[in-house]
Amino acid sequence: MTRSGPGWVAAGIVAALILGPLVAVFLRAETGGRVLTSDWAAVRFTILQAVLSAVLSIALAIPVARALARRAFWGRGILITLLGAPFILPVIVAVLGLLAVFGRAGIVNTGLAWLGLPPVSIYGLQGVVLAHVFFNLPLATRIILQGWQGIPAERFRLAANLGLSGVQVARVLEWPMLRAVVPGALMVVFAICLSSFAVALTLGGGPRATTVELAIYQAFNFDFDLGRAARLAVVQLVLAGSAAAVAFWAAVPAGFGAGLGRVVRRWEAETWGARALDATWIGLAAGFLIVPLAMIFLNGVNGLTQVPGVVWRAAGVSVAIALISTLLCIALALSLAMARRGWAEVVALMGIAVSPLVIGTGLFVIVNPWIDPTRLAVPVTALVNALMALPFAMRVLAPDVAKAEADFGRLADALSLRGWARLRWLILPRLRPALGFSAGLAGALSMGDLGVVALFADPDFATLPLQMYRLMGAYRMEAAAGAGLILLALSLGIFWIFDRGGRGDVDA
Amino acid sequence: MLTLEGVVIRQDAFELRADLDVPDGARVSVIGPSGAGKTTLLNVIAGFFEPSAGRVLWDGRDISRKPPGERGISLLFQDNNLFPHLTVAQNVGLGIDPGLRLTRDQKDRVAAALERVGLAGMGARKPGQLSGGQQGRAGLARILVQGKPLILLDEPFAALGPALRAEMLGLVEDVASEIGATLLMVSHDPGDARRLGGLAILVAEGRAEPPVEVAKLLETPPPALRDYLGH
Repeated sequence: MTRSGPGWVAAGIVAALILGPLVAVFLRAETGGRVLTSDWAAVRFTILQAVLSAVLSIALAIPVARALARRAFWGRGILITLLGAPFILPVIVAVLGLLAVFGRAGIVNTGLAWLGLPPVSIYGLQGVVLAHVFFNLPLATRIILQGWQGIPAERFRLAANLGLSGVQVARVLEWPMLRAVVPGALMVVFAICLSSFAVALTLGGGPRATTVELAIYQAFNFDFDLGRAARLAVVQLVLAGSAAAVAFWAAVPAGFGAGLGRVVRRWEAETWGARALDATWIGLAAGFLIVPLAMIFLNGVNGLTQVPGVVWRAAGVSVAIALISTLLCIALALSLAMARRGWAEVVALMGIAVSPLVIGTGLFVIVNPWIDPTRLAVPVTALVNALMALPFAMRVLAPDVAKAEADFGRLADALSLRGWARLRWLILPRLRPALGFSAGLAGALSMGDLGVVALFADPDFATLPLQMYRLMGAYRMEAAAGAGLILLALSLGIFWIFDRGGRGDVDA
Repeated sequence: MLTLEGVVIRQDAFELRADLDVPDGARVSVIGPSGAGKTTLLNVIAGFFEPSAGRVLWDGRDISRKPPGERGISLLFQDNNLFPHLTVAQNVGLGIDPGLRLTRDQKDRVAAALERVGLAGMGARKPGQLSGGQQGRAGLARILVQGKPLILLDEPFAALGPALRAEMLGLVEDVASEIGATLLMVSHDPGDARRLGGLAILVAEGRAEPPVEVAKLLETPPPALRDYLGH
């Protein structure tokens, strides 16, 4: 069928863009020297922090998800929507919020000092894990909440009829569900944390808290040792690639799925003790999420006046990159989704297995002999951001393409709707909400990205997240807070505009 | 004339054979027990399902390899006959040009077809704003502008009440007569076949029989049909 023609082209582009840099990295790494002890330290730290982050996120998500599954309360819908927010929240903005709460002069340490206790430090392992839990506790909660809501209400009714206690209900109904859901959730969070760069860059560092991704960046920036960067990129590829493959094929939990609105009545949980317990967990989770966000807003408003002109220029660069990246991502995702073939999905998911810094390293190695890489900062950043958002866009678009074809494919065939006519009159209108949502995701992810741009930017060039990082590095925290608020507003704004545009005037 | 020549349809354990002619301008009901393969037979003629053997011919020319849109066939399915995101006029207009670039003349034809089926002035509405019967009429308006020589209907009005269904069947006949097209309709209701008159193809026990007169078939049904009718 000719319909997969554009799909082949898109698959070729994506495969070339991912495999090309990987080949370059491999070739370069072979000529490099031996593996240093600091490289091993980076590997150990990467795995350690990812394991801790995954275990803590899931362990905390279980009681929070259970509380959300069985309690109806005012603001529940808002809280569940908020649990989806960290996905499109720029990492560096969240770090700023966490610093305001847990940092040296943050709320927690101010409280400890008032009580006469020694301060806690947010830097190092604990800070990296804290930030990862901040990002992944909401995701894990949504995944596990879906598991809870997959248990039919009738089962709980039957349990009540049989007079089962809370512990017995947990053993008969909830434990089997958790055993099915938790391993996948653990793997997903573990895989995400393995590729952590921005968090490690801001809260880690030093020989004892450097991830492999951060080590790649340092090999570039401090030593300009391309051989070592390439070697680390291979290590990172093996680490994240194997974890991502397992996570994505085994579990496939859709953390941003719908259908979390239902609350099942639970007779065995109507004791005061259970109520108090659930209220505590919901309160803690909400506080952990909302307080840093509120601090971003408060400090940001105060810092807006301090924002230098470069921030606005960086904001313009970021918006431009985000728009190009969104366009690229959606064009690729749509072509691949319309091919409706297994290979198309595999190609789209390749982006999960490779990190932006690995691709960035490869691209740098490829272009370096020919052009000054810093001149390619904009196209490379837009391209890599598009590849990183591609798996998510594909996940959102592919089911809707399948549904449009299942419902109206025969009619379209009978009417000879092919090529452009099919796209224009069948696919695009049916996919409008999914296109809006995935474009919003792609745009927001690109806006907040602090990854490959760090390799390619020269001192005169910056995206907004990179500019924020530079302000933080120069201890201009108020200006950084102002820039953070601008970045947050732009990210959410881009998401909102695209998502909104997809929803307007939709007919059943 | 539509000809099925040594057609064998296989789908896992299911098998259906058809060797038959349908004369031009005929009204043909396709009847038989559910699961016998009535819809599959229609899908083979329309080009949605490839037979394992045999050919589909129109006026002696092999159309087996042609895509569904180029077989000279108009279709009305059980549901999803209209794109819900397009207006009624656009849905009908797709029957003239898949790119929907219509000349003034062609737009007039769309309006005239809508008027003919009793939807005058409703062209700007979306299908969701129409009743079930009106949606069926819009589908017929498209068949009218398509003007193709063979019309296939797959239980198109199954969701409508008896009175409305009879009315729609009358309209289908009128439309087919105006185009001068052959009409093939799958129905699980022998009453529909009787109302449509003309011929009937019995699909049962792995065979699609050549068309015979409906009245005769229903009066002296063969065993397979008798079991289905419950006499």
